[in-house]
Amino acid sequence: MNLLEFQNVSFSYAENQILRDVSLSVRRGQLVAIMGGSGSGKTTLLKLIGGQLQAQQGAVWLDGQDVGQLNEHDLYQMRRKLGMLFQFGALFTDLSVFDNVAFPLRERTQLPESMIKDLVLMKLEAVGLRGAAQQMPHELSGGMARRVALARAIALDPAVMLYDEPFTGLDPISLATVGKLIRELNDALGTASIVVTHDVAESLAIVDYVYFLADGCVVAEGTPAEVKASTHPFVQQFINARPDGPLPFHKPAAPYAEQLGLS
Amino acid sequence: MKRGMIDFWVGLFAAAGIAALLFLALQVSSSSSLPATSSYELSADFENIGGLKPRAPIKSAGVVVGRVSSISFDNERYVAKVEMAIDSRYHFSKDSSAEILTSGLLGEQYIGITPGADEKNLVNGDRFKVTSSAIVLEQLISRFLFSQGDKANNSEQ
Amino acid sequence: MLFNFFSRLGAPLTNVLIKLGFACRFLIAIVRHSGSCLLRPQLTMREIWFAGVLSVLIISVSGLFVGMVLALQGYDTLQRFGASSSLGILVALSLVRELGPVVAALLFASRAGSAITAEIGLMKTTEQLSAMEMMAVNPIARVVAPRFWGGVISMPLLAAIFSAMGIFGGYLVGVHLLGLDDGSFWSQMQGAVDFRLDVMNGIIKSVFFGFAVSLIAVFEGYDAPPTAEGVSRATTRTVVTSSLVILALDFILTAFMFRGV
Repeated sequence: MNLLEFQNVSFSYAENQILRDVSLSVRRGQLVAIMGGSGSGKTTLLKLIGGQLQAQQGAVWLDGQDVGQLNEHDLYQMRRKLGMLFQFGALFTDLSVFDNVAFPLRERTQLPESMIKDLVLMKLEAVGLRGAAQQMPHELSGGMARRVALARAIALDPAVMLYDEPFTGLDPISLATVGKLIRELNDALGTASIVVTHDVAESLAIVDYVYFLADGCVVAEGTPAEVKASTHPFVQQFINARPDGPLPFHKPAAPYAEQLGLS
Repeated sequence: MKRGMIDFWVGLFAAAGIAALLFLALQVSSSSSLPATSSYELSADFENIGGLKPRAPIKSAGVVVGRVSSISFDNERYVAKVEMAIDSRYHFSKDSSAEILTSGLLGEQYIGITPGADEKNLVNGDRFKVTSSAIVLEQLISRFLFSQGDKANNSEQ
Repeated sequence: MLFNFFSRLGAPLTNVLIKLGFACRFLIAIVRHSGSCLLRPQLTMREIWFAGVLSVLIISVSGLFVGMVLALQGYDTLQRFGASSSLGILVALSLVRELGPVVAALLFASRAGSAITAEIGLMKTTEQLSAMEMMAVNPIARVVAPRFWGGVISMPLLAAIFSAMGIFGGYLVGVHLLGLDDGSFWSQMQGAVDFRLDVMNGIIKSVFFGFAVSLIAVFEGYDAPPTAEGVSRATTRTVVTSSLVILALDFILTAFMFRGV
């Protein structure tokens, strides 16, 4: 069964078309990567799932509900099934690591404080940071902050996990740690996960399926093995990190010579 | 910052704020306008009220017993009608008189009540029968000058 | 039709109206989501600490100095008319009616208002507000409303402290430095300052100022573009807009309160 499904979704900001006729699906236990350059509409895609934006055409189905059709109350109920890891963690800077992880539990459940404490320590143990419970977010390194944010995102045991650029700005060791955690947590919790990223090597190593997004369209998809063997020019350019290809190096502009006044 | 500490400081802050308010209420100001429930209304007509203002004090034997509540002009008898709110603790006999006085030479004007000897007291809505108007300084001076002039004329004759 | 008319008046005016409309909608949203502040006073407590307690020092010291300056200046003028014993009245009335609420509100806007704007703006920039939304926690209920009410509650208390400190400063200068009589300083003041008309009206003013400054501060923070420049501009705007609104409101309130007397 598909926990998450996009059916021919289109979205635009004013006259700026961001997503065009996007269809994709994620099953329970599946880890899916969405790859594309900057500005290809990846973050918009996540916001559509969270209901922070609504698709103009098509539908986003999450666990059998059409996200775009929910009212505010139902939307808040639906978000309980979602966990999201933000690009730089988005930890609450005025709360300690412990309180950050406890935040969703305190806000969204009526659990007694003793049980919250146990749950928080469990989640922190899962990301290996039980020892940092009393530290403040600004005392953590980038990789540690990302892991704390991960512990916070899984605090309510979500059915669907969203990762917004989880690998950005991490050193190679932290990067591998976070990648491994994402895979392990996905398997342990049986969630459907979407990783939005442009880090090819790390994500191809951990995901089950890849969608390539360019200019708001899905241009290619497949398992990591298929993708690596693909001869699709865009996929080739992306995986091999060539500066020029179907995604041009130059932003469209008036002819160079003309602008320099040579012709 | 621990929760207990925040509570402590906020408590201290609230206490300081309330203390400041109490200071303003007790040391700095006084509730001069009497509450409506504990006062009764009397009125008096004056030919001239001078510079009397609403909320001016009403004194008897130097003690504030009430406030002027309103001043209006009676267009039939051409006099000033002054309504006063008197503290209900104080009572004055029917033949008491009201006069407009000035505290000091240039101070504010107030109404002074001189008690009479009648056995009955004035009650809510009553009117002072005997009044004397404000002394207007300019009139006083001109009267004085005229009388001096008259004296001079008399002695010449 | 009407919109076209306004847009011909110029984009600046239209923008101001759009912003005003948004601010009104925002105020309604805050009031609607204020239930959590009542259910969990702990949240508001922290904001009173942040906006109120941390402002006490600057408010008290400024109040003290303003009162002392008022006494020095007032004495100089009153002496020419031989009315230096009325110094207490002058100091108390100016502070309680006018300077206490207004100067305390101006200080509050630049000390606490700007901090609130910067905090909310930075929370927005670092996606903390989005993260809350995704955790199904309404940021208006959790972040904005406690800060708003914290400011509203703190302001009148701060204004009262300012006035009290100012009068104390006036007393220090008047009685101990200039040698006025202790008793007549206080008794003249008591005789001339009315609790309901002067003190309470001053407090009512400060409640209005508290509402205005807190709303502007949380609104500018929430509305700030999520960039470093956006937040810094929003912070500046909070101080500028608050100051203007305080002075304009002060005029309106004064006209209402003291015209009849």
